[in-house]
Amino acid sequence: MINYDIVIVGGGPAGLAAAVCAKQNGIDSILILERDKELGGILNQCIHNGFGLHTFKEELTGPEYADRFIRQVKDLGIEYKLNTMVMEVSQDKIVTAMNREEGMFGIQAKSVILAMGCRERPRGALNIPGYRPAGIYSAGTAQRLVNMEGYMPGREVVILGSGDIGLIMARRMTLEGAKVKVVAELMPYSGGLKRNIVQCLDDYGIPLKLSHTVVDIKGKERVEGITLAQVDENNRPIPGTEEFYTCDTLLLSVGLIPENEISRGMGVEINPVTSGPKVNESLETNMEGVFACGNVLHVHDLVDFVSEEAAAAGRNAAAYVKAAAGSGNPADSDTVSTDAAGEQSTDNSGAVEVIKDTIEAHEIRLIPTAGVRYTVPSTIRPDHMDENLTVRFRVGSVYKNCYVSAYFDDERVIHRKRQVVAPGEMEELKLTKEQILQYPKLKTITFKVEEE
Amino acid sequence: MEIKNLICINCPMGCALTVEMEGQEVVSVSGNTCKRGDTYARKEVTNPTRIVTSTVRVAGGEADMVSVKTKEDIPKGKIAECIKALKDVQVQAPVYIGDVIVTDIAGTGVDIVATKNIELTLPLLG
Amino acid sequence: MYDVIIIGAGVCGAAIARELSRYQVKICVLEKDEDVCCGTSKANSAIVHAGYDAVTGSLKAKLNVRGNEKMGELAKELDFPFERNGSLVLCLSEEEMPGLQALYDRGIANGVKELRILNREEVLQMEPNVTDQVYAALYAPTAGIVCPFGLNIALAENAYANGVEFQFNTEVTEIHKSEEGYELQTGKGVFHARYVVNAAGVYADKFHNMVSDKKIHITARRGDYCLLDKEAGSHVRKTIFALPGKLGKGILVTPTVHGNLLIGPTAVNVEDKEGINTTAEGLSQVLEKAGMSVKNIPTRQVITSFAGLRAHEDGNDFIIGEVEDAKGFIDCAGIESPGIASCPAIGEMAAGLLKEKMGLKEKDNFISTRQGIKNPSLLSMEERNALIKENPAYGNIICRCEMVTEGEIIDAIRRPLGARSLDGVKRRTRAGMGRCQSGFCSPRTMEILARECNMNMFDITKSGGDSKLVVGTNKDTV
Repeated sequence: MINYDIVIVGGGPAGLAAAVCAKQNGIDSILILERDKELGGILNQCIHNGFGLHTFKEELTGPEYADRFIRQVKDLGIEYKLNTMVMEVSQDKIVTAMNREEGMFGIQAKSVILAMGCRERPRGALNIPGYRPAGIYSAGTAQRLVNMEGYMPGREVVILGSGDIGLIMARRMTLEGAKVKVVAELMPYSGGLKRNIVQCLDDYGIPLKLSHTVVDIKGKERVEGITLAQVDENNRPIPGTEEFYTCDTLLLSVGLIPENEISRGMGVEINPVTSGPKVNESLETNMEGVFACGNVLHVHDLVDFVSEEAAAAGRNAAAYVKAAAGSGNPADSDTVSTDAAGEQSTDNSGAVEVIKDTIEAHEIRLIPTAGVRYTVPSTIRPDHMDENLTVRFRVGSVYKNCYVSAYFDDERVIHRKRQVVAPGEMEELKLTKEQILQYPKLKTITFKVEEE
Repeated sequence: MEIKNLICINCPMGCALTVEMEGQEVVSVSGNTCKRGDTYARKEVTNPTRIVTSTVRVAGGEADMVSVKTKEDIPKGKIAECIKALKDVQVQAPVYIGDVIVTDIAGTGVDIVATKNIELTLPLLG
Repeated sequence: MYDVIIIGAGVCGAAIARELSRYQVKICVLEKDEDVCCGTSKANSAIVHAGYDAVTGSLKAKLNVRGNEKMGELAKELDFPFERNGSLVLCLSEEEMPGLQALYDRGIANGVKELRILNREEVLQMEPNVTDQVYAALYAPTAGIVCPFGLNIALAENAYANGVEFQFNTEVTEIHKSEEGYELQTGKGVFHARYVVNAAGVYADKFHNMVSDKKIHITARRGDYCLLDKEAGSHVRKTIFALPGKLGKGILVTPTVHGNLLIGPTAVNVEDKEGINTTAEGLSQVLEKAGMSVKNIPTRQVITSFAGLRAHEDGNDFIIGEVEDAKGFIDCAGIESPGIASCPAIGEMAAGLLKEKMGLKEKDNFISTRQGIKNPSLLSMEERNALIKENPAYGNIICRCEMVTEGEIIDAIRRPLGARSLDGVKRRTRAGMGRCQSGFCSPRTMEILARECNMNMFDITKSGGDSKLVVGTNKDTV
């Protein structure tokens, strides 16, 4: 069996950033497994701009953003296999993969980073009634057809769901010659970024109908039209509000679901809210040495934050491999490189040892409540914490002029003003180790949205 | 005095901007969190511009399409013309990020550049 | 001139074709759609009923029990997925017990084996997710689940291997009596046959009434279904029915032979015989009623919903036999539930009838077995690697959700009566049938179809006809 220190499942933005950071933290034996024919994942079909403002302080398109990381992966000599599907990962971290050339094979990993991304929620998940003709596409499938293959899925388009891919595709289809008649959104607010509503809909005069959904699909062979209706506060269609639109295409942008079939198969515990693994401060799942990052962990809006999160996963996986080597077989310690990055991280792990002695090892639970739907991570072990920790979360509805707060047990420690928070835009609060060390008996940190 | 409300598109913050105008003159911008919001608002009410992204065909490459963009933003009113000018453009592989695909698109003075690397097709085995 | 023309390539048409292909006879199947299994056969509960439902003495009862008996061996011969998972009919109160007892008695009278009435504890032990209201249940261990596409395709492929001709996209528009038999007008010209078998599903009345003065009438009875993710597939292991009502067997909850959970159907009579649209009321009724038999159904895991039409004849029984006033015209009409279960017996009966009438002789080279599309996930790693070495396409996963390889898709296209559309590939390989519902794989499957069939991407369809998937290229209308 082939052996690697770190096997990364997925060569999209998360996998690439994790690999680069793991390598920079002194691990040489890294393998990225990518199921597509090129690295970069979904970024390759996201040809619009707006990526990289945080990471590179410039506005890049998806393929350009991916290329920045692909070049680093190649320059650092990180190994990867393309067109390779990971079939399963066992509890003892044997990764079974398959491709045309090598067939099916196993890889023994010391650490596994899950970076499989997400998939689009299909029509069926919404129980949209009507026929099942050709011309119903998830927005991402249409995006691939148009942006990578140059095929137009239709001429007259209705889009259900105002998630970012739906908004972006409204503009793409328009620019490539289709007529986008309307974007309908079930919720009373858009699921996408505000900038995308301005740039993708307003710029082209495409109406956005909030609190509307598709109640019928007409057309036996190809879509001939759809009926929209307004919905009430329980998201039920209101009789009498039906409006028929002729169209040959219905694009669905109705949510993304982390792809955790491999994770579940190996016994990783899943958070039902995010559909992603439950992780601690190191982005480590309930299975030791198995880390998760990017959209497989929770669906992000911005790739910049995926890269940031994935870098943390890569760094933590590297620390895990080195710690295991330090405590285990000395023969394994050759994975700790002696270059500058290696020395630096060796120092870091030394620091971890010191802190371990001084902090009582315990686990703090992060509790989302009062408008906060979930947090990533869901637990913090202070003794494993870096100096700074970003806690990311989403809220359950739109709040204006509110505060996002963190209570350390019963004491409100963080209280940040927000003009507006919305489910479509991920929120974050930064915790510092210093803060947490001031509360040695801390059991829970509760995250809330507060009006006052 | 005229008031225009905009949403800043520079970053995902999406600040709600208020622009006070006196005829064609911008009197004040408020609601922005950073300087880019101010700049955007002044430009958006006088000369709105956008980066345009699209695709053109590639011959002999690993993929049939290469993604492209305007190297800088172009006037909003020129978008349709820009797309039209790209309609029959075809380039030969290999193409690399930053390669100029069309110069001075639609008379804007801005070039169209590739945003993806498309290598030459390697002869397929089997 | 054919000896026999069969109208319809659904499970009945295919089963009759296959049984008839044992004899020295020239057969052609005319199908209006682009593939086999495009009507009632593709959208149903896929249940091989045990046979206690139908009135004793009816054709439904007789053929169901016989079909159920034959299904196991047929599945082995023709290599399609079938499993005897058993079924439970739930009784929720003591007052309903006479109804359950009547069902039991009828089952015994119909010749169903191993039937048992279980008490509440036995039921809950067998199926912990059955509603807590359960009082007792009728347990039929012989009931099973089948892949309806697999069954239909296997029958057709085997018939083809035994010399039966299939004409797709060939809709019969008129039938006239001729000197030697019948003349069938189609969109593709006129076909002549000595004998005609009418296995046209919801349209069987139309064809019957073209040749007979004794009219029959078929109502298309629509049923809406929801299909759930494989994660929910083991929520129940047996097929769970409520006690039957007037319009059929009510809403069932069942695992599918591929490991999903299926719930449905409703029963609504519709005018339009192509009216396979689901409705909001139908789907909510499915979800609500299923919850009355089985608790905690994870309805968030629905991956698709669909509707099918049953061909309900006014007489409420299968009509199989020569039409009284149309010699040589054999009806196979009114085949609603338990049609899937009965089809092996329907094939046997109709073929037997024709054998008698036509004095047919058996072939000595009848091929009784057929090999399905190889499923690499059933192989060991060594076998799989040998397969990939021989054909690397088996190492290339196209459908991520169902883990379908390029090798399987190519096989589905290249084999006789091969797939020509996305749905054709889907029914044969399950590519696109998983939790993302073809989001990832459809562009790739389209490419493979275009390459293998030497077709233009613009001609690739979802399911034939005008169901085109892409309509142009970027900026072509700018």
